[in-house]
This record gives sequence, structure tokens and C-alpha cells, in this order.
Amino acid sequence: MSGILRFLEMGGHGGFVWGAYAAVALVLLVLGLISWLDLKRSEGELKRMEARLPGRSRPVGARNRA
Amino acid sequence: MHRFANPARFAQLAAAATPWGVALTALLFVAGLALALFASPPDYQQGETVRIMYVHVPAAWMAMFVYVVVAAGSASALVWRHPLGDVIARAASPIGACFTLMALLTGSLWGKPIWGTWWVWDARLTSVLVLFFLYLGHIALLHAFDEPSRGARAAAILALAGIVNLPIIKFSVDWWNTLHQPASISRLERPAIDPSILAPLLVMAGAYFAYFVTLLMVRVRTELASAKLRAFRAALAAQG
Amino acid sequence: MTAFLALLRRDLRLALRQGSDAALVIVFFVLAAVLYPFAIGPEPGLLERIAGGVVWVTALLAALLSLERLFLADYQDGALDLLALAPEPAPLLILAKVAAHWLTTALPLMAAAPVVALMLGAPATSIAPLMAALALGTPSLSLIGAIGAALTLGARRGGVLVPLLVLPLYIPVLIFGAAAVEAGMSGAELYPPLAILAALLLAALPLAPLAAAAGLRNALR
Repeated sequence: MSGILRFLEMGGHGGFVWGAYAAVALVLLVLGLISWLDLKRSEGELKRMEARLPGRSRPVGARNRA
Repeated sequence: MHRFANPARFAQLAAAATPWGVALTALLFVAGLALALFASPPDYQQGETVRIMYVHVPAAWMAMFVYVVVAAGSASALVWRHPLGDVIARAASPIGACFTLMALLTGSLWGKPIWGTWWVWDARLTSVLVLFFLYLGHIALLHAFDEPSRGARAAAILALAGIVNLPIIKFSVDWWNTLHQPASISRLERPAIDPSILAPLLVMAGAYFAYFVTLLMVRVRTELASAKLRAFRAALAAQG
Repeated sequence: MTAFLALLRRDLRLALRQGSDAALVIVFFVLAAVLYPFAIGPEPGLLERIAGGVVWVTALLAALLSLERLFLADYQDGALDLLALAPEPAPLLILAKVAAHWLTTALPLMAAAPVVALMLGAPATSIAPLMAALALGTPSLSLIGAIGAALTLGARRGGVLVPLLVLPLYIPVLIFGAAAVEAGMSGAELYPPLAILAALLLAALPLAPLAAAAGLRNALR
């Protein structure tokens, strides 16, 4: 038990070390989550849009397959 | 290279690769954290706070690297009219800004126990601060125009101006730092390079890199879908 | 060359007709510098220590004030479209506009700078280095500022964006400009910072108009 406590304390600088790791985790997770949600939202909208225009595989003026 | 120039094909490839990217990122983070927190010794001088270095230094590396990616994407869009150049620049910029933010936050937390202040005006940290503002300007410019393509082009020019300036800024800040060196040397010193330090550093850098590539693919897919949506809406509006 | 001079003359005439621009820049410059003693106290030693830095930072901010108008009036009334159609290369015409801007804003600034520096307690030995640094640095400020002005043309809230884009790029000029004044005060070597300022100007002279021209093309599309 004391071993774990010593590990968490990080030689007295626990606040800073864990604060730093927490900050990193927070930024990475929030950015990842926002990006993922944005992707789901726009892909969902795109599917709905494509369903509304049957018989058209891509909008007029889009780039053709090279 | 031209195989990837087709946005639709690129989106498909990215979608297929994303799960692998997530897995690799997770793996590297687990390994990196294990090395950083458990398997490496505390530093002789800095004690346990040296562990902050394992999240700080790779973040600063990625902040710089991603800006180069943004500049490269911008150059390929401006000079060679590569269709994905703007997309990559737009998708990568916020990720780079976040790495910069992480570098600043962890840098502050690293400096406080060592120097007693929440901010140290050392050359590297100050350069990262300026880089942060370069990212913010790039992102702001991207969104400042009603027409996305105008914003993309303006931001691309800015990114190229920024990448040209970046070495000049680094040089100036280094010069400024040595000029105003206070009596007690305030520098976030890296401890002497030791294999036990190198391993966690490199693995964490790898984890950050895998995260960047994976998230970039996700964001590029979003950009491509949004572009398609805009085209659809324009076509609908044109129809009447 | 004649087109360059013609554009320069025209911009100068327009600026002089509207003398308020230069006056505004000078008043802001002096006022902003004068705020520092109010903020940190009038103790002479302290003010003298920061005089060079304060003059440079407030000169920078004053230069920012006038940047938005570099292209805006011509953009709004269509004159910019006509200039874009001219046979002369766009970067050259931009250089003419930047020169006019420098003449009408930086020169008055340089006239006011010694007064402000002395008011803040800078020693007389630092004035000449200050003027030399400003002479070498302010053209770079106008050139780099032109990039910001061109890129934000046609943007929503473009004016607010210009400082964000331009100030980070100003930092090298600021560092070496202030260092030159420091050197003047402490008796250190004046040559290094002034040489670097000259080098920055030489780099900005060809590159900034190119970037600004690309920005204008984007705005006029």
C-alpha cells in the first residue's frame, strides 16, 4: 500500500506530474472525441443527402475518378 | 502520389485504416506510459518531475512537425494544385494547435517545481508560445471567409509565410534568450541522454505520431464529407 | 518604374489629403507610451530600463493601426481591380503602396520616437541607435504588415484578425530593434542587431510583396 502511495506522490511533486499527464490525456481525448463526433455527424448528413437524391451517385461538378 | 489525389479513394482508404491507427495508437500509449511512469528511474537532479519531460518534449516535437505538415499541404495546394493539400492543412492545424497547447501546459507544470514560477521564458518554451499564435492565426484565417476556398487559400499563404519565418523566429528567440540570460540560468534542462531516458521519450513520441496520423485521417474524412455536402447543397439550390 | 512612382505619388497625395491618419498614429503612439509610467510608477531607474522596449512595442502597435487601410479603400471602390489588370507586376505595385504607407506612418513615428524615449528617461546615447534601428526596422514592419492586410481583405472581421496574423511575425524585428537600443544604452556592440535588422529588411523586400500579391489575387477572385 505504501508503495502505491509513494508512487502516486512522485517524490512530493505528485500534483505536477499527474497534473501534466492529466492535461495531456484531457486534450487528446477531447480533441479525439470532438473530431469523431464531427465525422459521424457529417457522414450521417451525407448519407441522408444521398438518399434524398436517388439515381445520382455524386453531385454535378464533382471530380470524376482519375 | 497521384493515387491519393482522388479524394473519394483517399476517404475509403482512410476509413479502412482508421481502426488500425486507433489500435496502434493505444498500444504505443500503453507502452509509453509504462516506460515513462514505471520502468524508468527518477532523475538524479530533477527527481520524479523528469517524468513530465516524457509528455512535454514529444508534444513540442509534434507541434513543430505538424506545422511542417500544414505548410507542406499548403504548398502542394498553392503550387501544384493538389486537391488534398488544402484538406490536409485544414485538418492538421487544430491537431498541431492542441500539441502546442499540451507542450505549453506541461512545460509550465515542469518548470514550477524546478524554478518556482509557473512560466519560464526559456528559448524553447517561448518559441512554442509563438508557434501557438501562428496556429491560432492560421485557424482563424481558415474560418474568416464566407467562402471556404478563399479561407483555405489565404491560410495557405499564411502557413508558407509562417514556415519561412519559423527558423527566423527560433533564431531570434534563441538570441534574445542568451542576451537576457538572468543570473540563475532558467532553462528547462534535459538530463544527460541515457538509454533509460531515450526509450520512454521515443515511444511516447511514437504514440503522439500515431495519434496524429489517425486523427488526421478522421478529420480529413470529415472535411471531404463536408465538401461533398456543400456541393450537394449548391446543386440543390441551383436546381431551384 | 513610372507606374511605381505614379502609384506612390497617388497614394501619398491621398494620404496627405487625409492628414488625420498620420496624426492618429502619432497620438496613439505617444499616448500608449505615456501609459507605462502610470502603470508602473515614475521611478526614473525603472523607466529608463524599459524605455527602449516600450518605444518599440508601442511603435509596433501604432503601425498595426494603419495597416488595415493599406488596401481596404482601393478594394472597396474597385481601384484594386484596376491595379490588378495593370501590366506591371503586382508585387511592384504593392511595393509602391507599402512605400507610401511607410512614408506617411513610420516617418512621423520616427519623428516622435526620440521625444517619447527621452520622456521615459532613455539616455541621450541611446537615441541615435534607436533612430537607426527604427529606420531599418519600420520598413520591415510595413512590408510584413502588408501581408496581413492582403490576406484579410474580404474577410469578416478582417481588421481584428490582422494583429493576430502579423504580431508573431513582428517578433524578430522587435527583438533586434530593442536589442539595438539596449546596446546603445549599455555600450555594447551596435553592429550585430543592426546588421540583422538590415538582413531582415533585405529578406522582406522581395518576399513580402510576393505573399501580399498572392493574398490580393485571392481576395479579388
